[in-house]
Amino acid sequence: MRDKSGGVTKISTGIDGFDLIALGGLPANRMTLVAGTTGSGKTLFGLEFLMKGILQFDEPGVFVTFEESPSDLRKVMTAFDYDIDGKEESGEWTFIDATLTSSPQDVVVGDYDLGALIARIGAAVQSIGAKRVVLDSTGSLFSRFADTGHVRFELFRLAAALREQGTTSVLTMEIAGERNAFSRFGVEEFVADNVVVLRNILEEAKRRRTIEILKFRGAPHRTGEWLFTIVASEGFIVIPVSLLGTKELASSTRVSTGNTEVDRMCGGGFYRDSAIIVSGPTGVGKTLMAIQFIAAGVAQGECCVLFSFEESRDQLIRNAASWGFDLPMMERSGNLRIACEYPEMASLEDHFVSMKQVIEEYQPVRLAVDNLSALERVATARGLRDFIIGMTSFVKHQEITSLFTSTTRTLMGASSITEAHISAITDTIVVMRYAELAGEIRRAITLLKMRGSSHDTRVREFSIDGEGIHVGMAFGQSIGILGLAGGGESVI
Amino acid sequence: MSSYSFRLYVTGETTLSREAEANLRALCKNRLVDDYEIEIVDILERSALAEEEQIVATPTIMRLAPLPRLRVIGDLSDHERAARAFGLPGPAIRDEGRG
Repeated sequence: MRDKSGGVTKISTGIDGFDLIALGGLPANRMTLVAGTTGSGKTLFGLEFLMKGILQFDEPGVFVTFEESPSDLRKVMTAFDYDIDGKEESGEWTFIDATLTSSPQDVVVGDYDLGALIARIGAAVQSIGAKRVVLDSTGSLFSRFADTGHVRFELFRLAAALREQGTTSVLTMEIAGERNAFSRFGVEEFVADNVVVLRNILEEAKRRRTIEILKFRGAPHRTGEWLFTIVASEGFIVIPVSLLGTKELASSTRVSTGNTEVDRMCGGGFYRDSAIIVSGPTGVGKTLMAIQFIAAGVAQGECCVLFSFEESRDQLIRNAASWGFDLPMMERSGNLRIACEYPEMASLEDHFVSMKQVIEEYQPVRLAVDNLSALERVATARGLRDFIIGMTSFVKHQEITSLFTSTTRTLMGASSITEAHISAITDTIVVMRYAELAGEIRRAITLLKMRGSSHDTRVREFSIDGEGIHVGMAFGQSIGILGLAGGGESVI
Repeated sequence: MSSYSFRLYVTGETTLSREAEANLRALCKNRLVDDYEIEIVDILERSALAEEEQIVATPTIMRLAPLPRLRVIGDLSDHERAARAFGLPGPAIRDEGRG
């Protein structure tokens, strides 16, 4: 829980993903400013910081609320399935109500300080032995007391008192929409050596939530903006995409692609725990590759998951049946789980989280996602890249063999936008294309890349019938299906 | 029972606490003669009372009686404004505050 790095001790927040980008958590025994625009998730960050502290680390917490009433916050916690009442009764959680709503408008005559607030917090911390304190959201103090310099000084005093009591605290503050206007009240210079910024950005008509650590004085942290999402059942989740795959295992065990001819092309099958992308235009046979791959797993008694973002469940089952695969029967065997979702039903981050939940629940050996390109409809380019990297890294981490299909925009040649993002981290790319040869449209397949393996590098013809894919001879003439070299008689 | 009743919330023996108490007493004596009561609550010792009333700043002075309750924050250095805020009658002698 406590991790010492760079001379500063950190405490784990328990917030999913955050501790990874914070390289351990929040600096212990200090105050961290969490700044964000309206609705950026500041309050939830604070609530989770406290609740996870109790649930995971037995560290009681005090929540000081300036804007929302404790009863409203209790409702929020209940909605996230947290037993807030129980934690209050057991004396692990205390609210300090510093809202203005229930008290009459105060008249100010002469000098004052925030000694009362500091004393109340101090008493609460002492009485439950709190290790964590959240102040949410302090912006309202500045609107209540006109003298901002004075309030700043008082917050500085409060920070010192909290430090003296050995607590790690989070102070949230609302910032204006502008990108760098996080120092509206100049608080961070006075109070917090540590600043985290939450953003809720509208970009290309799509909403993205990001979290960024601006500074941890004297302590290392990851830089840049990271995606996060808020889901009903799990709360605040940071998606530290490029960190998930750090522990990649490279298996040399082969698993069947579901097709002996494709197995042969691959030099014995896909590597177990590898990520495979199947690229091709509409109708060329990508979904069939995916179903074949899944069916091979089910046949061996492996647990498999198939996510379909393109076709409805009925369509998928019908198509599979036309190739001789009985998906409902596979489901009944208990080894297959099909999840069909419309991309538009949720944001990309929420898709990520729900897929992660299914994967964690079923712990499949094989996973197929058909089709990544459908997700382009709900994502920005950067969002999709993060999603793909995150998902492939996550499944590799679980030692799952995963196959993703991706649709090229044109019928011939040219890779899709999706592939540009994924190719660097996939182990194998199966390229399926239409090719024109002697005035006839033929189907071509080749392996573009296969992690350290001797595989067939030739472009072969293939056909599809009621039994699936049949890989034939290599094309004799020069044929450029990738649209890279303008060779032969290939591309239309 | 007195017509006016005040509660002064302070945090320990600070200059602000002493100023507020002295100003409140002077103000009452001058305008209410002896028809008032003052209770002093030190939040450092009785934080539950501050919790009940959601006191954030100190000194805070509550007028408990007559109703409605009123709250004023500050050391009351401006007697005229403080008297207005508390709805007190005119002074017997001219206020000595900065007012």
